[in-house]
Amino acid sequence: MLNFPIYLDHNATTPCDPRVVDAMIPYFTNNFGNAASRNHPFGWQAEEAVDYAREQVAKLIGADPKEIIFTSGATEGDNLAIKGVFEMYASKGNHIITCNIEHKAVLDTCKHIEKEGGEVTYLKVKENGLVDLAELEAAIKPTTILIAIMYANNEIGTINPIKEISAIARKHGVLLFSDAVQAVGKIPVDVNKDGIDLMAFTAHKMYGPKGVGALYVRRKNPRVKVTAQMDGGGHERGMRSGTLNVPGIVGFGKACEICMNEMEEETKRVSKLRDKLQTELLKVEESYLNGDKEHKLPHVTNISFKYVEGEGLLMGFNKNIALSSGSACTSASLEPSYVLKALGLGDDLAHSSLRFGLGRFTTEEQIDYTVEQVTNTVNKLREMSPLWEMYKEGIDMNSIEWAHH
Amino acid sequence: MAYSEKVIDHYQNPKNVGTLDKSKANVGTGLVGAPECGDVMRLQIEVDEATGVIKDAKFKTFGCGSAIASSSLATEWLKGKSIEEAITIDNMTIVEELNLPPVKIHCSVLAEDAIKAAINDYRQKNGLDILKFDESIVH
Repeated sequence: MLNFPIYLDHNATTPCDPRVVDAMIPYFTNNFGNAASRNHPFGWQAEEAVDYAREQVAKLIGADPKEIIFTSGATEGDNLAIKGVFEMYASKGNHIITCNIEHKAVLDTCKHIEKEGGEVTYLKVKENGLVDLAELEAAIKPTTILIAIMYANNEIGTINPIKEISAIARKHGVLLFSDAVQAVGKIPVDVNKDGIDLMAFTAHKMYGPKGVGALYVRRKNPRVKVTAQMDGGGHERGMRSGTLNVPGIVGFGKACEICMNEMEEETKRVSKLRDKLQTELLKVEESYLNGDKEHKLPHVTNISFKYVEGEGLLMGFNKNIALSSGSACTSASLEPSYVLKALGLGDDLAHSSLRFGLGRFTTEEQIDYTVEQVTNTVNKLREMSPLWEMYKEGIDMNSIEWAHH
Repeated sequence: MAYSEKVIDHYQNPKNVGTLDKSKANVGTGLVGAPECGDVMRLQIEVDEATGVIKDAKFKTFGCGSAIASSSLATEWLKGKSIEEAITIDNMTIVEELNLPPVKIHCSVLAEDAIKAAINDYRQKNGLDILKFDESIVH
């Protein structure tokens, strides 16, 4: 039995695992203490719960619990890492290297850094969505203090060669920060094996609650420090003030523990479904896979269906299937996804893309239904697409003088 | 963003999808928009030469549901109208009929532009002056 709507937008957010919710509930009511209250059992209980969660979170990424700074989510983690390093290491330099398909939380933070007198290099990714290692190394200067490269991309699911990137960073004595929101909990991430110095991630992308995340900050080889971006009680080793979100942190810890224990099985199951979905949809005429085929998260695929527009396509089934499109017909700018454009896709293909994000609770039946619905809607819309008609008649669309509006 | 029922109805059951023979003198074709912008509309009218009345209208649209609905509605309204009446179709009437939200107004503008382009194509084919229209809303 299919229950509607089907959720295939797990890169946007994931549902809380019921086991996570169960773990959290006592910390809203009976165990409501402030983890910073040192003088009574309520505080002790809360602190103990936070410490335990810190261990669960640290374990998932191969870190020491002391290296985990709890935040409100990855946007805060991105801001704290980049601005914090920029301020803390000002005497060493002011140059940051990032890439043009980072999340807006990184790109906009970098823009802010530029306004503050920093210098930022935005590397262009290759056509497959991966960072070019030679270009990265060539961009390093004596003033470079930070490389900020995402672990995996949120729109196309590509996984960057983080180990190679960190080797370059190490060689030049530059810190490496990675926004690993999409990767942590989905694929093995180990800050020591991967050589990452700072890493932001969040609970709600891995079946935990919204509003809680973590910034990993390395303590040894090298010892990294960031300047706090919020003034207050000096929580989290002085790097992030603010009363800890105890229930959220407990849930985050539980979510990490579940991912740790079940990742291997889950990856096998989900990647099989993803492969089926991808294979079936790429059978549709004039459909194209976006981003590298191999270096990719197990649960994501991004496909363009030429000559149909993404939002129009979604409308064919979005009552029953929740998906995202790289088209931006809803936004006033009419600009399609900057990530897809950065891969060198024409605006037409960027407008025609769908992102499928599978998850822990996705079933084969849901995938079969999705294949059928997407294929049928693509065919239906092509019947009413003037571009499809031109394509079929062999008209070169570049020869037409379009009225750009 | 939720779509209005009328938009959904036109999307699910579009009226007058198709192609008219553009080589015929009494067929006017308007092709507006651009693939890069995410919408392209082709709207065609077939005019009864004796009466000057639009006897058939067809469209094909690449775009979002609102763009499809705007063009579908436009073809419905065009049928049975004289050229003079057709010229007066205003994008805001489409907006009102379909309850388009502000971010989708450009879809209605595109439909109005397509109507005017089709009419001018017909006029040009038949040795008539090309009508000049006020600049449509920048979108």
